[in-house]
Amino acid sequence: MTAGTPILQIEGVGVTFADLKALQDVSFDVAPGEKLALLGHNGAGKSTLFKCVLGFLKPAAGRITVAGDAPGSDHARRSVSYLPEQVAFPRMLTGIEIITYFAKLKSVDPKEALPLLDLVGLSQAGRRRVGDYSKGMRQRLGLAQALIGKPDLLLLDEPTSGLDPVSRREFYEIIDRVAQEGAAVLLSSHALTEVEGHVDRIAILSKGRLVADGNIKALAEAAQLPITIRIKAREGQADALHDRFGGTRVNGRSVELSCEPGAKIDLVSRLTERREEIDDIDIALPSLDDIYRFYSNRAEKGDAA
Amino acid sequence: MSPFTKLMAVATIEFRVALRNRWLILATGVMTLFSLALTFSGAGGLELKAGILTLAAASLATLSVYLIPLIALLISYDSIAGEVERGTMALVLATPISRGVLLAGKALGLIAVLAIAIAASLTISSGAAIFAYGMDMSGLAAIVRLGLTGLLLGAVFVAIGMMISVASPRAGQAAAVAIGVWLVATVLYDLALLAGILADKDGVFTKTLFPYFVVANPGDAFRIFNLAGLENAAPVSGLDGIANTLPFSATYALAGLFAWLVAALAAGYFQIRRLTP
Ligand SMILES: Nc1ncnc2c1ncn2[C@@H]1O[C@H](COP(=O)(O)OP(=O)(O)O)[C@@H](O)[C@H]1O
Ligand SMILES: [Mg+2]
Repeated sequence: MTAGTPILQIEGVGVTFADLKALQDVSFDVAPGEKLALLGHNGAGKSTLFKCVLGFLKPAAGRITVAGDAPGSDHARRSVSYLPEQVAFPRMLTGIEIITYFAKLKSVDPKEALPLLDLVGLSQAGRRRVGDYSKGMRQRLGLAQALIGKPDLLLLDEPTSGLDPVSRREFYEIIDRVAQEGAAVLLSSHALTEVEGHVDRIAILSKGRLVADGNIKALAEAAQLPITIRIKAREGQADALHDRFGGTRVNGRSVELSCEPGAKIDLVSRLTERREEIDDIDIALPSLDDIYRFYSNRAEKGDAA
Repeated sequence: MSPFTKLMAVATIEFRVALRNRWLILATGVMTLFSLALTFSGAGGLELKAGILTLAAASLATLSVYLIPLIALLISYDSIAGEVERGTMALVLATPISRGVLLAGKALGLIAVLAIAIAASLTISSGAAIFAYGMDMSGLAAIVRLGLTGLLLGAVFVAIGMMISVASPRAGQAAAVAIGVWLVATVLYDLALLAGILADKDGVFTKTLFPYFVVANPGDAFRIFNLAGLENAAPVSGLDGIANTLPFSATYALAGLFAWLVAALAAGYFQIRRLTP
């Protein structure tokens, strides 16, 4: 495979369960070393897409290639590692036994795989039974399992949901490292705030359709979401400000304005002309959740039309 | 790594999980208890012409028909459906292991559990009998034959249990089907055959078809093969009377068992290839 060739190619994929269209015309690529977050509410089709990439489900429409091969083929399975949404290992086995087992299944010398337990911070717990692990420890063991044999593509289904912030940060540190070594990472999440700052690109699935694909900054700009400016008026000036600029009165002394991103500078300069009436100004850019909601809702409205 | 290495890795894990879940100790304990009880209860009449181990082999052949399939189904019904339910199967099937190797490896691990349970229980009960009453060479041969064919019977039901497990979307459903299969195979089938004989005295069914129907059932095939091997040395009753009047060699009963094993594994393989974890 030459550099720059996508490790994962998804083209016009459609999956239907009975009369439910779980995926419709989904297309995107993932390049080596790239970290892509697949976002979507529960039931958006994230896990279904993963199952297609693994070859567990055969899409009714479209085409997927993994490392240039069909999903589920021997070569594809050698290139991919998977961490399912709910990972449960046999409770009676120890961490070491599980890593040894999966190393053998992946044709990797267990001696090379066992240091992964140290990497995910389970060196102490390796001899203990998985039944006694906390949820976070099981998730780390799942990650260690997924890293066996340096896969070219990591498929992580909601890997950080249910992890505390510290574990989540440690999790992403490991992900960063493997991506720097050239692995592509496709992870899913139901919250943009969870993945912000940790991935290069996001793709948003809504009711089975891909409604956005790009980096967060570009998507935020393209959304053209209004900016909120909150002005705190000096004593007795709130009414005057409200009369002049409109907006809504809040908390007695404040006025909230909203404007297009392009009109921001203009509005702020008009505000500074009246600075003797103003105590303070707060500018709130659209939050990640606003951006996420914008793309998800836009698709839903499109559905109704 | 070769498919064989993977096969052994799967078998080892399956065995280890069964061991830690106390299936091995439970199976061995129950089987030892029953074989001790049957061996020594047969020793009541002292002036019997047959040796104690021969008598034990006869009564154990009858009991094993119920016990071995039950234990085999109990240890196997969860092996695939349970992992699908818990999410482990998705992980395993994402790795480059062939599904056939996975199925065979799991079956091998579970058959090893049965092998140990059967070998241990027969060794303990026969050892105790030899210690108490002295050596009985032909009886010992019957016990060895019983153990080996009992393992084959167990393997058949492990394969059937795994086939049920692959085909069931939930472990609970697999358990229900497994119990149903056990009831039909060990109890209802024989009752139906007896009813057939009563209804069709001296008819085609009783005269020609009946023996084939008997050996078509894995449990009956196992029992008939073992009782035929005792050559009238032990008293038989009911359906088993046929053991001494088979219209074909008893080896065919054994072939029937192998056919079941191959068929159940093939059906399981067919199903696991279509499994969506
Ligand atoms: N095997 C299945 N049979 C029928 N419907 C399914 C199946 N798997 C998933 N679905 C449905 O497909 C939709 C997408 O599910 P999923 O991919 O699990 O969503 P997500 O992972 O984004 O939460 C849901 O409505 C779900 O109920
Ligand atoms: Mg999901």
